[in-house]
Amino acid sequence: MSTAGTPAAQPPAAQPPAAQPSAARPPAARTRRSRLTDENGRRVPVWELVLRYALLLAVLALTVGPFLWQLSTSLKGPTEDIFSSPPKFLPGHPTLHNYERVADTIPVWDYALNSLKVAAANVVTNCVGSALAGYALARLRYRGRGATTLVFVLAMLVPAEGIIIAQFTTMRELGLNNTLVGVVLPGAVAALNVLLMRNAFRNLPYEVEEAAYVDGANVWQRFWRIALPSVRGTLAVVAIFAFMGAWDDFLWPLIVLSDPSRFTLTIGLNYLHGTFAGDERLVAAGTVIAVAPLIALFACLQRFFFRGVGEGAVKG
Amino acid sequence: MPPTRSTPAVPRTRPARPARSTVRRPARLAGRRPARLPVSRVRRQLPTSPWLFAAPGLLVTGVFILYPFLSTVANAFTDRRTLVPGRFVGLANFRELLHDDMFWIALRNSVLYIAGVVPALVILPLLLALLVRKNIPGIAFFRSAFYTPVVASIVVVGLIWVWLLDERGLVNALLQTVGLDRVGFLSDQWLLLISAMTVTVWKGLGYYMIVYLAALANVPRELHEAAAVDGAGAVRRFLTVTVPAVRSTMVLVAALSSVAAFKVFSEVYLMAGPSGGPAGEDTTLVMLVQRTGTGLSGRVGYASALSLVVFVVTVVLMLLVLRADRKEES
Repeated sequence: MSTAGTPAAQPPAAQPPAAQPSAARPPAARTRRSRLTDENGRRVPVWELVLRYALLLAVLALTVGPFLWQLSTSLKGPTEDIFSSPPKFLPGHPTLHNYERVADTIPVWDYALNSLKVAAANVVTNCVGSALAGYALARLRYRGRGATTLVFVLAMLVPAEGIIIAQFTTMRELGLNNTLVGVVLPGAVAALNVLLMRNAFRNLPYEVEEAAYVDGANVWQRFWRIALPSVRGTLAVVAIFAFMGAWDDFLWPLIVLSDPSRFTLTIGLNYLHGTFAGDERLVAAGTVIAVAPLIALFACLQRFFFRGVGEGAVKG
Repeated sequence: MPPTRSTPAVPRTRPARPARSTVRRPARLAGRRPARLPVSRVRRQLPTSPWLFAAPGLLVTGVFILYPFLSTVANAFTDRRTLVPGRFVGLANFRELLHDDMFWIALRNSVLYIAGVVPALVILPLLLALLVRKNIPGIAFFRSAFYTPVVASIVVVGLIWVWLLDERGLVNALLQTVGLDRVGFLSDQWLLLISAMTVTVWKGLGYYMIVYLAALANVPRELHEAAAVDGAGAVRRFLTVTVPAVRSTMVLVAALSSVAAFKVFSEVYLMAGPSGGPAGEDTTLVMLVQRTGTGLSGRVGYASALSLVVFVVTVVLMLLVLRADRKEES
């Protein structure tokens, strides 16, 4: 039925629409010219390849281009025209001057440290809290387990934006407004993460824990030594999204923080933008500082990001 | 841990197919009768109540999600302010809402936002997923690159686009280069809203692309092959095979993106400014909640009433989308 994968170099149009039902062969079957095959083992015609790459490059320019433009702006010196038309995409004399200036204008490194503290705390509380609660929901039987599950499901359905004013007044009542603790607390154990961990624990086979029980392991030992190591993947997803969520969050810190010395990076950037709106080089340098760590994190841990999206979508 | 002496509670040898009974027993014992745990040596025996496991999560959820939700509902019927405890005023806040021009502007903008953003976020990421689906060399790089805007903070994204769409920014410089007039993207009420929608779509593309990729992986390949053998072209196959196969994912994306679009805050706040553009005409509902309810003179009661509107519309949106899903299925 198929001639796919054969070394013949005939024009693709001459081939019948061929397919191999079960052949999920690796696509790197190229030798000299376009010898690419798709997932069905069919040859990909050259024109289609050209079209695909052209489209990919166009989308690439649209998605990554703005970041590069920002980077380029941040590296342009004070004498260079950043408003020229036609635009100059590369800085004539790249300089880090703007990064020094942004640190003189706002305490940008303090803000970055604040963001880091908030994000790290958010990772720890979410991992610990959701693993513990998820384990209780998945594995421990007790009166009130159904009610506990319901609490988390309901909490997941409440839109954060709808209760943000009441969260603010709650923080005031607790005396925690305008503190980093106050920034962390509302999202410290996200209900979605609890339910994700619950599902992860539920998918483990019972037998291992049972054996451990027979061997005399108590509930903490079974949790810590047996169940938790088996759900490291989901835990990593929780950790990464907790970090990203806290580092990127804007609305809640904007509401709860009023003292500029306690700002996180996102609020500091908003302040920088509002106060020095005319100075595009400065704002550009600030945004690069804010986004670089996350892009680095993403570059290193991509598969967890993608897995998180998949799991969130299935469960959502 | 070494095996312990057998206890009456646990049979040493399991029945052939333990199914649920044995499965439940250890946990229940652990939770409700810790005294009968077969841990003979009680070295550093920690409390084993399941409630201790659930406590941190329950505490945070209770104090910072459920209590605020209940107090939002309660406050909506008072004239509470940030520093003044409120009195019960019945439906006064809601009556005021109906006559508040800013509320109607905000509601209009949030609804327009759904209309502008959701169709784009349902269709464009699907096309993008089809584009990055085929494993050609370098495709992993493209997939990751397309996801970058998702990773960036909305503040960073907003400020990048504020600069791009500036009166003297890149987009206008390019327009001028090809001989067109400069456009005031950020000074006109409607262009501002459209610009903000563009940013929302731009940032969401990569996320929903991955969602669609996961869904596309489940489409049986045979369907495509059969259609191809029958002579269906690419467009035809897209409409008759791909779309029906990922239809439930499209509904999910529509639900997620419409709820998110309705609650839009950051993009518009950054691009139009805290006051919501010229004469506040670009204010969205959540922006209005934030502006009304925060600060030392914040009108907590009125903002709570606004929040309830946000909440109710969100729930209704979810129900509508899910119902549309069910109707189409039957």
